[in-house]
Amino acid sequence: MKSIDSYKTYSKGYDVRLIIYYIALVLIGWITIYSTCYVPDGTNAIFDFSRPYGKQLIWIGTSILLCIAILLIDKNIIQHYAYHFYLFCLVLMILVLFIGTEISGAKAWIKIGEFSIQPVEFMKVATALTLAKFFNEGKTAVEKRYGWLISTAFILIPIVLVMLQHDAGSALVFFSFILLFYREGLSGELLLLALIAAFLSVFTLKFNETYAIAVLTIVFIVVLLKDRTVKKKMQRDIIIYVISVLFVFSVNMIYENAFEAHQKERIASIMGKTSDPKGADFNLNQSKIAIGSGGFFGKGYLKGTQTKLKFVPEQSTDFIFCAIGEEWGFMGTLVVFALFLSLIIRILRLSENQRVPFVRYYGYGIAGIIIMHFFINIGMTIGLLPIIGIPLPFLSYGGSSLWAFTTMLFIFIRLNDN
Amino acid sequence: MESGFGRNRYYIIIAVLGILALVYIAVLFNIQILNKGYKTKANQNALRYKTIHPARGLVYDRNDSLLVYNEAAYDLMVVPAELRTFDTVSLCKVLDLTKEQVIKKIEKATKYSKILPSLFEQQISKEDYGFIQEKMYAFPGFYVQNRTLRKYPYPIAAHILGYVSEVNEADMEKDSYYKMGDYIGKSGIEKAYESVLRGQKGQSVVLVDVHNREMGSYDNGAEDVQAIQGTSIWCTLDMELQRYGEELMQNKRGSVVAIEPKTGEILCIISSPSYDPNLLVGTARPKNYVMLQEDPKKPLFNRALQASYPPGSTFKLANGLIALQEHIVTPTSVYSCSGGGYHIGNHVVHCHNCGGLNIYSAIQRSCNSYFCRAYYNILSNRKKYKNIDEAYTAWLDYMHSMGFAQKYETDLPYELQGSIPTAAYFDKKYNNSWNGNTVVSMGIGQGEAAVTPLQMANMLAVIANQGYYIRPHIVRAIGHRDSLNTQYSNKIYSKIDPQHFVTVLQGMKMVVTAGTGRGAQIPGIEVAGKTGTAQNPHGADHSVFALIAPANDPKIVIFCLVENGGFGASVACPIASLLAEIYLNRKVERTDLEKRMKELSFR
Repeated sequence: MKSIDSYKTYSKGYDVRLIIYYIALVLIGWITIYSTCYVPDGTNAIFDFSRPYGKQLIWIGTSILLCIAILLIDKNIIQHYAYHFYLFCLVLMILVLFIGTEISGAKAWIKIGEFSIQPVEFMKVATALTLAKFFNEGKTAVEKRYGWLISTAFILIPIVLVMLQHDAGSALVFFSFILLFYREGLSGELLLLALIAAFLSVFTLKFNETYAIAVLTIVFIVVLLKDRTVKKKMQRDIIIYVISVLFVFSVNMIYENAFEAHQKERIASIMGKTSDPKGADFNLNQSKIAIGSGGFFGKGYLKGTQTKLKFVPEQSTDFIFCAIGEEWGFMGTLVVFALFLSLIIRILRLSENQRVPFVRYYGYGIAGIIIMHFFINIGMTIGLLPIIGIPLPFLSYGGSSLWAFTTMLFIFIRLNDN
Repeated sequence: MESGFGRNRYYIIIAVLGILALVYIAVLFNIQILNKGYKTKANQNALRYKTIHPARGLVYDRNDSLLVYNEAAYDLMVVPAELRTFDTVSLCKVLDLTKEQVIKKIEKATKYSKILPSLFEQQISKEDYGFIQEKMYAFPGFYVQNRTLRKYPYPIAAHILGYVSEVNEADMEKDSYYKMGDYIGKSGIEKAYESVLRGQKGQSVVLVDVHNREMGSYDNGAEDVQAIQGTSIWCTLDMELQRYGEELMQNKRGSVVAIEPKTGEILCIISSPSYDPNLLVGTARPKNYVMLQEDPKKPLFNRALQASYPPGSTFKLANGLIALQEHIVTPTSVYSCSGGGYHIGNHVVHCHNCGGLNIYSAIQRSCNSYFCRAYYNILSNRKKYKNIDEAYTAWLDYMHSMGFAQKYETDLPYELQGSIPTAAYFDKKYNNSWNGNTVVSMGIGQGEAAVTPLQMANMLAVIANQGYYIRPHIVRAIGHRDSLNTQYSNKIYSKIDPQHFVTVLQGMKMVVTAGTGRGAQIPGIEVAGKTGTAQNPHGADHSVFALIAPANDPKIVIFCLVENGGFGASVACPIASLLAEIYLNRKVERTDLEKRMKELSFR
């Protein structure tokens, strides 16, 4: 602790631990990207900028510049321009609908020369800042009904735009602000209700309506017996029961109509409803095989066959965790977990200790985003969640993602400095 | 740090986060450490164990002429476990298969093994190979394996060279070396020397990517096993002689066997009609095999080893030798031939009223009366043998000692034993009431005796060697032309003393100089011979000729039999003579005779 404190003086009070976690994750990311693109018996010059690992070096280099720039900005400017930044990103998000380039089904990229940027990545930072600023403008705004509505709108607008880009994964990420809302007073019961709804959806899709209603009815009878003395409670129970039954019936309809074919396939795959390991389940299976075949110590660096021979798709971006699991084994995956958990908990802890609420709001906002990315991304690679294409923060290949998460984290490091 | 509401939620959030992380780590622990199946699956995905099939050994003739070599071929293999939905239509189109056939082949492969490669389509053409190789990504689970196919520069010696084909289940059961899709020698030299010719399979472990492309060797080839090329073989055949013999025997049914008497090496072995060995190579083999099998001329039948014939007059040589050995006759003793032949009661073994003759003239003129009498006297020698059984058994022993009615069990395919009945057989047949005259037709090579052309040629070798033979065999050297095959080099002596062979050989010389076999004369070479006309109950007689040349220093013995060719002198004799000429002189001067013989047809 003492050494860190002494560093603090040198680093003007920037949180060194966060910076160390960041550097470690980015390095692991680059080393893994190098491995996924490594060609046995070929040339693999590190500074080959035509290859993903070469390009990632550029992103890392520019990210360092970005870090320095952010750490030099006046804190007040960050807070002051939060809404402007949000609006700017919104404009980009709208723009992308018209001039965007489609990559693997999502029209989410704006092409500038050789490079493409993905506005939604920056939208996440902007939303976190905006919500923090909005919350900070007065507890009243948050506590009042309109406050909740407006802050919800801040989230829903990007969700709608990102859905229009056919990027369901990114849309899902914006729900992570629930963490901030929860911390700042969102009813736990409401969250629980949402969780129950989610559980009912999954249950209905996995089995069928009859089973779901059977379970619901049993629970309903038990609750009803418990509440039999209070008429009001019984009325409430009946209303909830009827709504639940209707919800269950609508699940399949929503599933059939709201999702696109490939999404349905992925969901069915994760529910174990299809058993065609050569067809729809292929990616999921190969991803699990990659991680599973790593064993305890892994196959060794540059020796992963699943990733090197391209059995795992998108291995340098969304499926980068497979390469780590395969080449570094359980040890490697534990290290990644340790780093991410440390990073997240550090952010939460620092936020909690803030005297300036703005930083706390912002901290919870970005912690939610990182948590969402982390658990969705890894959940998808190990078969706990359907395949949802979002990157693993700091590790996945890609300029927009790295820049956005760097910005996100270093704004926090900058704000946290006091 | 503030306390209260927010602080509680902070702890709840940390707790939920921790639980979530634990669940994830538990899942990771399960798939990475507890479940070993993923490792296997990853290997199945990425590693392809390819068998390296070595080229089979080459086969040369005794003069280094190449008889069998190899040509590159490509087999399409399938690994059922790696199969995914593929472009069935274009695969069907390329390989000219129906969808049902493809499904059936995959089912068969799956039945054999899900993870081991099976032969899907053998020996695809170079064009198809190119097409499939280019579009490998469209056919996951398939790959092309390089193979070699047998190729024969001359369409000769098909029976003796044999052929190779894929192993069947019985082969795999017998020897675990063989795996589905491997090749094995099925007949002839290919079968007899399978272990020499096949070499040693190797294995390469290559990495295969998701597009079914091979991406180089696994672990820098640490698990690869080098294949060892098959060992080459020098066979005893003389390519020129074999080829010439097959030309002469074209459009005829019959057989020629030529042996170098000093070594037992088979110089040529012909069974006509024959076929082009190239027919039994590659994808056309099953179809061609059926065609050959159904051919009424039976080209697959190897007459030299598998056909049994009545030996005909050439058998008189053996009987003459036994009579001399048994002191029944001497070189100077005379039997007379009159009254149209040899009389047994009302039955007559016809002859040409040769008058009184000794053994030389008897051989020269192929006198039936002489050899019937001699044979009868051998079997009636009651001074030496108590009864007919003993006498006959003694005679049979002599015959066995000259190599009749037995297999040589060398490296020749499917030998027929041939047969000469035992005394017990006749005891039973004639109810213990028989004598020399009952079986006298065997004295002139008719009746119950059945021999193969190879056995007749071997008898000639016994005469040429004056008393012994070396088991006839087909492979001369293995690995190097000078590393001689000594497996079959021991001399097997007959029970006849050497001087008697001089007598019989003298008679055989006279056959050629002034007897029934004058057609066998070769300018500049002294030839000994014996004609034969084997009676054939099914049609015209078989023309037979036995030849030894040069008579004083035999380098080649030839037995020639042309089915339904009539008199020995007319067909078999000139053919044998032409063969001796080309072997000894390396050229033929009697081109008119050669032309006539080639044009003769007895089909």
